[in-house]
Order: sequence, then structure tokens, then C-alpha cells
Amino acid sequence: MAKQKFDIIQSTCIPIQIDNCNTDLIIPARYLASTTRDPKFFGDAFMHDLRFDAEGNAVSDFVMNKAEYCEEPKKGVHEIIIGGQNWGSGSSREHAAWAIAGYGVRVVISSSFADIHRNNLLNCFVLPVIVSKEFQQELFETVLANPQAEVKVDVPNQTVTNMATGHSETFEINGYKKYCLMNALDDIDFLLENKGKIEEYEHK
Amino acid sequence: MKEIVISNTPDGSPHRGGDAQRAEGVSLFDKIWNAHVVQQVEDGPTQLYIDRLYCHEVTTPQAFDTLRDKNIRVFRPEQVVAMPDHNTPSDQQERIDDPIGRKQVETLAKNCAEFGIRHFAMGTKDNGIIHVVGPEKALSLPGMTIVCGDSHTSTHGAVGAIAMGIGTSEVAQVLASQTILQSKPKTMRINIEGTLPEGTTAKDVALYIMAKLTTSGATGYAVEYAGSTVRNMSMEGRLTLSNLSIEMGSRAGLIAPDETTFAYLKGREYAPKGEAWDKAVEEWKKLYSDPDAVFDKEVTYRAEDIAPRITYGTNPGAGIAIDECIPALEDIAEDERQQFLSMLEYMQFEPGQKLEGTPVDYCFLGACTNGRIEDFRAFASVVKGKKKADNVVAWLVPGSWLVRQQIIDEGIDKILEEAGFELRLPSCSSCLAMNPDKVPAGKLSISTSNRNFVGRQGPGARTILASPLVVAASAITGVVTDPRKL
Repeated sequence: MAKQKFDIIQSTCIPIQIDNCNTDLIIPARYLASTTRDPKFFGDAFMHDLRFDAEGNAVSDFVMNKAEYCEEPKKGVHEIIIGGQNWGSGSSREHAAWAIAGYGVRVVISSSFADIHRNNLLNCFVLPVIVSKEFQQELFETVLANPQAEVKVDVPNQTVTNMATGHSETFEINGYKKYCLMNALDDIDFLLENKGKIEEYEHK
Repeated sequence: MKEIVISNTPDGSPHRGGDAQRAEGVSLFDKIWNAHVVQQVEDGPTQLYIDRLYCHEVTTPQAFDTLRDKNIRVFRPEQVVAMPDHNTPSDQQERIDDPIGRKQVETLAKNCAEFGIRHFAMGTKDNGIIHVVGPEKALSLPGMTIVCGDSHTSTHGAVGAIAMGIGTSEVAQVLASQTILQSKPKTMRINIEGTLPEGTTAKDVALYIMAKLTTSGATGYAVEYAGSTVRNMSMEGRLTLSNLSIEMGSRAGLIAPDETTFAYLKGREYAPKGEAWDKAVEEWKKLYSDPDAVFDKEVTYRAEDIAPRITYGTNPGAGIAIDECIPALEDIAEDERQQFLSMLEYMQFEPGQKLEGTPVDYCFLGACTNGRIEDFRAFASVVKGKKKADNVVAWLVPGSWLVRQQIIDEGIDKILEEAGFELRLPSCSSCLAMNPDKVPAGKLSISTSNRNFVGRQGPGARTILASPLVVAASAITGVVTDPRKL
């Protein structure tokens, strides 16, 4: 997945108001057999079985197919998903994070994330932002009432702001991961730089 | 594995962000975690040493690509074990008809050859579902840290290990460094006390806990299962319980090793032998939560409150005792009603409906949850001398070739055959729709697997989760059946 440095993202949002939206929903198992790393392949499969019926026709009343929310993400547009609580539960498949990243989304905001999926998002340079249930509800209401409403996610200051109401919350991210996101650095490079410490551990 | 350090956090730092260093005893989880800390990253995660990485075909191809991109080798190939299981067909294993699935299985074999990793190929006697094969070959041992790109890796925690599901990027990290960066989870102890009622199994215990805790009740925690019910469970039962930890949101479900664990592991293929075994057991006996260990959360349930269970919705926490009705709408919290109704709409059930007696189309015994020898013994004990209902398609799929051999050695295959069932070949099978064992749209399946998600067993398929006893009773009558009443 393409790595983009994180700074401040201000964008319209896609509201996906589904609690316990599990990774089987985010990407159905039949897309897992691929050995590709093509972002488009996974982006096209994102929420596939909610977006399309068995014949492949768009399901018109699903939020991602509505005229207000169907535009593909680009700078300032639909770069943020507001998701239901316990987002990404179930299977550990990183394909779910690839699907979100491949679709072009850079931030998922929810009141809670499943642990494995949260790590997967971070490893795919999609930022999971945890907000209070009340703020999550406010964001849903704002974005559903006005699809043009923007949310600002300020990574350096760790704040998320509803631009329509001016309400803001801070979010948690550890200093190490924040540095990685802001500088587009992978965990694997950090680990490879620490081979000495690993061998030292093994010989203890 | 390093010597077990009976102390607090290795760097003496406050425990999990608490205000003061804890003076109390150490939990099983902390003992194992602390013994595997390579370093604590400043204002960041722990770099944790991994004893065992398991690889399957679905979540590893892109990880090996990452190694190729960076032109690096696998750091400790002898600590990695690979086997295909998700795409494996259960009717024959000469070939995989689906070209995409076939390529994925072939890719795993090629990657293992290229990087020098032990590979249990499809159709060979070593193959099976990773979470069945690992413990039964004693590749998973007490005190280990174990990871795999699969959320049901929590299964291996039943031997007294920290075992967690990870993503593909993390698989690449472990291949490259035998370590992983993880924030330390909080700890939760779940005690189950007393004797389980007739017809009630470890699967019912897990389904009961999920219904109580919800599917996110243990998110952010590593769970330890304790109490007399767990102590009296067989190893197979414990593996089922730990397997389902992720369905409560917990990545890891540990059970302190004891004589049951040692007796199960002793003499198995990769278990230490002779003097090494005795030495290992001495170390493993130190793996328990100190009596004064404090957990971030602790809950206790009574075994006598648990009955054979079924699920009615599209998450594993949406369950009831088999003789109960689906909750009425007014019993559901107002903000959860919309989701409750949409689950029931998918399942084609009504609020307040009793599911006992509902016709089923498919019965599935197997998966990493219930694909072990004890599960087949339980199933056979119900169907012995009876006949499978004509309206039911039954898939009986052992979790490994070793389990399949044991089924044959014990004559269970004959009992199944006489009752009109066919024993299939080891595979993940109908647990997830990645091989030919798919439940058709709209059909109702009663299944020993772990997830009843929308489309999990096939697009449009409807799934009721249950124990092997309930699935067996339902396969005989053709309707959802309480095994105590058969």
C-alpha cells in the first residue's frame, strides 16, 4: 500500500452506521484467495456484498452508493469513514485494512475498534481514531444531515474536530506510532534496525 | 523460551500505565509476556520475542513479497511452521479446482521452499487446520509466545501460552525479525466454577460467556480462563474455549498448564523427550497466576447456569439456551433494536420465536473450534444406532489427518457410516466460504464453527452456532434439537 505521511486531514466523510462491522463484511472471504498486492483489487472489494447484490448491481439504498457519498475518495473528499462501534471485529485478515486503504480512505473514526484490525489499519497507514460514543453520534448526525460537512483530523495535535459544530476531542496514539505515521515509516524497518537487541535476547 | 522471570515489569516501569508499581503477584499472562520482552520502545509498544510463527496460505503471500522487496531472508526459519488449510477441499485433495485458491496453496509451498520453512503440504499425514495441528503435534507448548495470521490463534493459549492472531504486515515482521511490536493488553480473568450440566460442553460455556460479555466485552484484554470447571475440562475442551476468545474481542485466551496439559502433550511428535521433558515440566509448573495476582477485570460464572446453547443472530454473542426463545423486541435496549431486527431479518427469524424444532438444511461438524477427536466421539455418541435425517446435508470434517486416523482407529467412522454420515478429509471446510463447502444462499446451517456472520458460510447462508452434541441431535431429526431430549 502506498504510504502517505500524516499531518492534518480535513475532509468530507462516509458515514457507515453499522455496529460490529466485522472484517467479513468489510471484505468477504472469497477475495482473500488472491496473492496480489494491487490496491485497486482490494478497494473494489471494500464492503462488496453491501454495495452490490448477487447479480453485481449496486444496492441503491446502501450509503456508499448514495449520490452524496458515492464519490471516490480524493484529497478533501471522503477520506474519512465514521464507523459504528466495535469496528473491524472478527477475522484478523489484513485484507480488510487493504480494502479500506485501497478504496482511498485515510482515517476511520469510531468509538471502539477490534484489537487486531486496529493494528492492521495502522500498518496500512490508515489512522484509527477513537472518540467518545457521544462524539461519534454527533459526527454521524452532522454528516448525515449535511454530506458536505467536513471533519478535521490533526495528527500532530491529536485532535479531531467537527468543523460544522466546532466541537473537538483529543485522541490517543503512542509517540512511536505517531512518529512513524508522520514520517511514513514501517515497523519492519525499526525491527530490522534492532537485530542486535534480538540476538542479545536470544543469547541471554 | 527464556527462563520464567517471577517479577514485575522488566523495566520496573508502572504496570500498564497505572499510577504506582504494583506490589501484588504476577498473572500467568504477565509471566510469559515479561519473559519475552526484547525491549520497551520509548513512548511506544513492546518489542516481543516470538517462539512460534504459524503460516497458512491466505495471510502470508504478501508477507513473503515484503521480504523479497527488502531482499531479506527469514530470520529464524526453524521456528516457523506452515500448512495450507483454508482453501483445502474436504471431498478430495488431489487438486483444487478454483484456480485462485490453487495458486494461493501453491504459493505457500513455493515460499516455504524458497525460504527454508517446514511445510505440511495438503493431503499429507502432517496436514490439517493449524489450530488443531499445532497443539496435537506439541509444536505449541506452555510458556511460548505464538502468532499466526489468523484470529483463532487464541486456541493455542489453552496449553498455557500467549497466542495471538496478527495481520499480514505483522507476519512479515516476525518472518524478518522473530519479534513483533505490540502494546501490552490489559488482563481479564474469567472463572467458571462447578460441574457442567448434562449435555453441556466447552462450546456452550464459550457461547454463554459471549452472550454475557458481548462480542466486544474482552476487547483490549488478554483473558485467562480459570475455576474448577476449566480445571476439570479435557485438553480438547480447553482448546475449544480458548479458540472462541476472539469472539469476545480478546486476542488471547490462556489456561494455566497442569497435569491435564502435560498428559496431553507428553510423547507427542515435537514434545521434548526424556530428560528434556522433565526439565520442561518443572519450568511449566511455574506458569500460573500467583494467588495475589490482580486483574484489570475479573468475572465469575456458575457452570450450573449453563445449558446447551444456540445462536439466533449474525454475531456469536447473539445466543440463547436451546430451550429458550429469541428475546422479544421490548427486551432489547432501544438503541440496539434496529440492529437486532436487521439480524433477525437476515436469519429469517422473528422476535420471541422458539428455534427448537426449526428445520435445518446443513449440519457441519469441524473447524478449529470443534474438529478434534473428542468432538467426533461426542457426535458419534448421539448418532449411534440412529439415522441421519433425509432433509439434511451433513459435512463431518476432521481438523487434521491425525484426528481422522484416530477416528478410524477407534471405529468411529463405522458408527458414522451406519448412521448415514460420510467422514470427509481435513480442512477448514464450511467454517468460511473459501473452499467448495459453501452453504447456498438462504439455507439454514447448524454448525460447530465459530462465526455466524452474514455470508460467512457462503453468500446469503444462515448459520446457527452450536456444540457437536446439538449439531448431532439436529442432524438426526432434521430440526434444531436439544440433545438431552433425543
